[in-house]
Amino acid sequence: MVDGASALGLGVATLWLSVIVLIPLAALVARSFDGGLDTFWSAVTSRQAFSALKLTLWTSLVVAAVNAVAGTLTAWVLVRDQFRGKAFINALIDLPFALPTIVVGVVLLALYGPTSPVGIHAVATTWAILLALLFVTLPFVVRSVQPVVHELDREMEEAAASLGAGSLTIARRVILPNLVPAILSGAAMSFARAVGEFGSVILVAGNIPFHTQLASVYIFGQVESDDPIGAAAVAVVLLVLSLVVLLAIAALGRWGARHER
Amino acid sequence: MSVERRVRVGLRTVVLAYLGILLLVPVGLVFYRTFEHGLVPVWQSITTPAAVHAFWLTIEIALIAVPLNTIFGVITALALVRGRFRGKTVVDAVVSLPFALSPVVIGLALLLVFGRGGWLSLPFQVIFAVPGMVLATVFVSLPFVVREVVPVLREVGDEQEQAAATLGASRWQVFWRITLPAIRWGVAYGVVLTTARAIGEFGAVSVVSGRIAGQTQTLTLLVEQRFQNFDLAGAYAASALLGVIAIATLLAMTLLKPRKDEA
Amino acid sequence: MRTRTLIAAVLALAALVTAGCGGASDTHGGGATAASSGEGSTKLSLVAYSTPQVVYDQLIPGFRETAEGKGVSFSESFGASGDQSRAVEAGLAADVVTFSLEPDMARLVKAGLVAPTWADNANKGLVSKSVVALIVRKGNPKNIHTWDDLLKPGVSVLTPNPFTSGAAKWNILAAYGAKSGGGGNPQAGLAYLRELITKHVKVQDKSGREALQNFASGNGDVLISYENEAITAQKKGQAVDYVIPDHTILIENPIAVVAKSTHVNQAEAFVKYALSPAGQQKFADWGYRPVDQAVFEKNAARFPTPSGLFTIRDLGGWSKVNDTFFDPGKGSVAKIEEEAGVSTAK
Repeated sequence: MVDGASALGLGVATLWLSVIVLIPLAALVARSFDGGLDTFWSAVTSRQAFSALKLTLWTSLVVAAVNAVAGTLTAWVLVRDQFRGKAFINALIDLPFALPTIVVGVVLLALYGPTSPVGIHAVATTWAILLALLFVTLPFVVRSVQPVVHELDREMEEAAASLGAGSLTIARRVILPNLVPAILSGAAMSFARAVGEFGSVILVAGNIPFHTQLASVYIFGQVESDDPIGAAAVAVVLLVLSLVVLLAIAALGRWGARHER
Repeated sequence: MSVERRVRVGLRTVVLAYLGILLLVPVGLVFYRTFEHGLVPVWQSITTPAAVHAFWLTIEIALIAVPLNTIFGVITALALVRGRFRGKTVVDAVVSLPFALSPVVIGLALLLVFGRGGWLSLPFQVIFAVPGMVLATVFVSLPFVVREVVPVLREVGDEQEQAAATLGASRWQVFWRITLPAIRWGVAYGVVLTTARAIGEFGAVSVVSGRIAGQTQTLTLLVEQRFQNFDLAGAYAASALLGVIAIATLLAMTLLKPRKDEA
Repeated sequence: MRTRTLIAAVLALAALVTAGCGGASDTHGGGATAASSGEGSTKLSLVAYSTPQVVYDQLIPGFRETAEGKGVSFSESFGASGDQSRAVEAGLAADVVTFSLEPDMARLVKAGLVAPTWADNANKGLVSKSVVALIVRKGNPKNIHTWDDLLKPGVSVLTPNPFTSGAAKWNILAAYGAKSGGGGNPQAGLAYLRELITKHVKVQDKSGREALQNFASGNGDVLISYENEAITAQKKGQAVDYVIPDHTILIENPIAVVAKSTHVNQAEAFVKYALSPAGQQKFADWGYRPVDQAVFEKNAARFPTPSGLFTIRDLGGWSKVNDTFFDPGKGSVAKIEEEAGVSTAK
């Protein structure tokens, strides 16, 4: 490709990303250190902040893990299986992308709150958090794995079957290894998304610190309590966490791709 | 074969049950609650001046944010796939960051840059006005076009482009006539995802909007306000409207997906 | 593909142009929910906390019918008191501001946006008052009448989080003041708060209105809130009753003209209208206690005076209270909330 054009393209892309994403983030990081390193550290390690971060971390990991399994199974069924209404279900997968988070919150409140039509009262519990997060992160693994399943070479599976391997073995030894990079990438995106979720959880989570208060809600509370530095500090931690996960998964993907050849 | 069949049906049931509980029931409930009392109150709810304005403002913001993200998204995708530079992974991660940031944080960050005493001081009002809301919307919907176009670009390969270049085509001609048509379904799908996100954005926009009734209130902010003012029926009606827009976008996605996968 | 991109580009351009013209003017669809803010040569920006929106929806048209209000149009913004105050501090244009409590006004004084003398007038800078009340289900099935009743076994109490809702601090202070004899016996007051928060409050919503929504949707037996919220909720058809305990705190809502306003005269005229008998009556209609003594007396039947009414000044004023109780690290309420595993700041 012509280098001049790619240089221009790169320049434009960089400018765009900088203005829209990087500059505001830089301002955020700067703000978090406004009180010096000590303030940053104490803001992040305060009991409540730490507890909120822990809750966010483990719920996001659980959700990523559940999505890895459920999403893969869903992608598999959507590609390999045939049944009535498959196209409809396939379309539905993108619904969480399309639905505004506040509507999700209102809906979950209606469904699992005190006036629940199904008798489930999960509001203000950790279950409510997990439900909300599972809803908003549903598409990531599914959409990431689907194209790979599509491209899978069925001959390998058939060869393995003809050699006497059972379904489970085929799944484990033949299919899964091919899907792992896509699963990981989708799971990483799930994690990143779950970490930042606010609109849907704020209505159903109960937000009881040390119990059901996520980092995003804690940050909100800090802003409301006139502690923008504390808010920025915890936000920066979340940012770094997501960045690390995204980069790690990308690196894993590249390592995997290199070793495939 | 019967074992396989049982496994297949079993898997199908599990997956459908999971999706049904997680997706269908909640969404169905919103529509049920909205139309519980008939069509007329819903219509009245979404045709009040505030609702109409909120609707058009939402569309207006989307009409600015989406083309911007499309153009720059395609450029970024091209740079990521065809370009030669170090740090591609970092750029890729930066592009995905908007997913990870909670909206309160995004609003906070934008306030820090464009608010009173912030880093940048522009001659026109950014925060608490439409430009700020556009910025917030662009921020949150940034990743979609890039993420959809990159795999398509990779798959398509650049042989055709190289061939055209050797035949004397200019860079612009190569892009316009060869690259763009090749990735068009990826772009279209990305545009639809971006639009859905832009229309549905709530958190970041609420922080930077100033909530000025009739001026900086989008549909999602209207839902919140109605909810707060005991107008539950109105809140559900506005939510249903957003839901309808979401479903329309979903339909567009469905129509485009097979072509994107085929391309 | 070519045509499509062209159309997209044209649309984008059109949108930009529309945004440039449309965003700044007030010609969009007629404005606010109930009242139309209309066109006019002067435009006033009102930035207010969310609960009195119903009142201002009537005050504004009323003002526009007066001589001073002719030709004045309004842009209105309603939101959580603290949020709105912070927004104005961050640059939200405002001519008249009104908040739920005084510290939100003090923030703007510190930022140089409101004159330090804002409270030096006959009404002490206030536009309305209320009292902390206990909102119960219609018919008061659990027979709640006093603060002690909240500690009865099995009673579930809702109150918003005082660390994410400045306005929620009124609730805590009312309970504290009542049980500590107006601040005389801090131990008793704190002991009450401790038992209330750790044993009876399961969820703390992030704002007063959300707590009310929560209560209205079936959670909890008692909601600690304000008299005006209760009356507004009733007017809006919610099945609630309210009880004013004998000992409770007087809530005072400030209003002020922003110093940098370009329409100071009209802004002051609007505030004057809000303080006039006509304006104050509208507050009274929605359950706010008027600061105008005559109007208050006229509506006295609806606003009983509790025998043990006290004010924030009896507890030492906002600065002292914020330090002693609500300081995220050292405040006594912060410590109690931590014991309950509830949200505090640091």
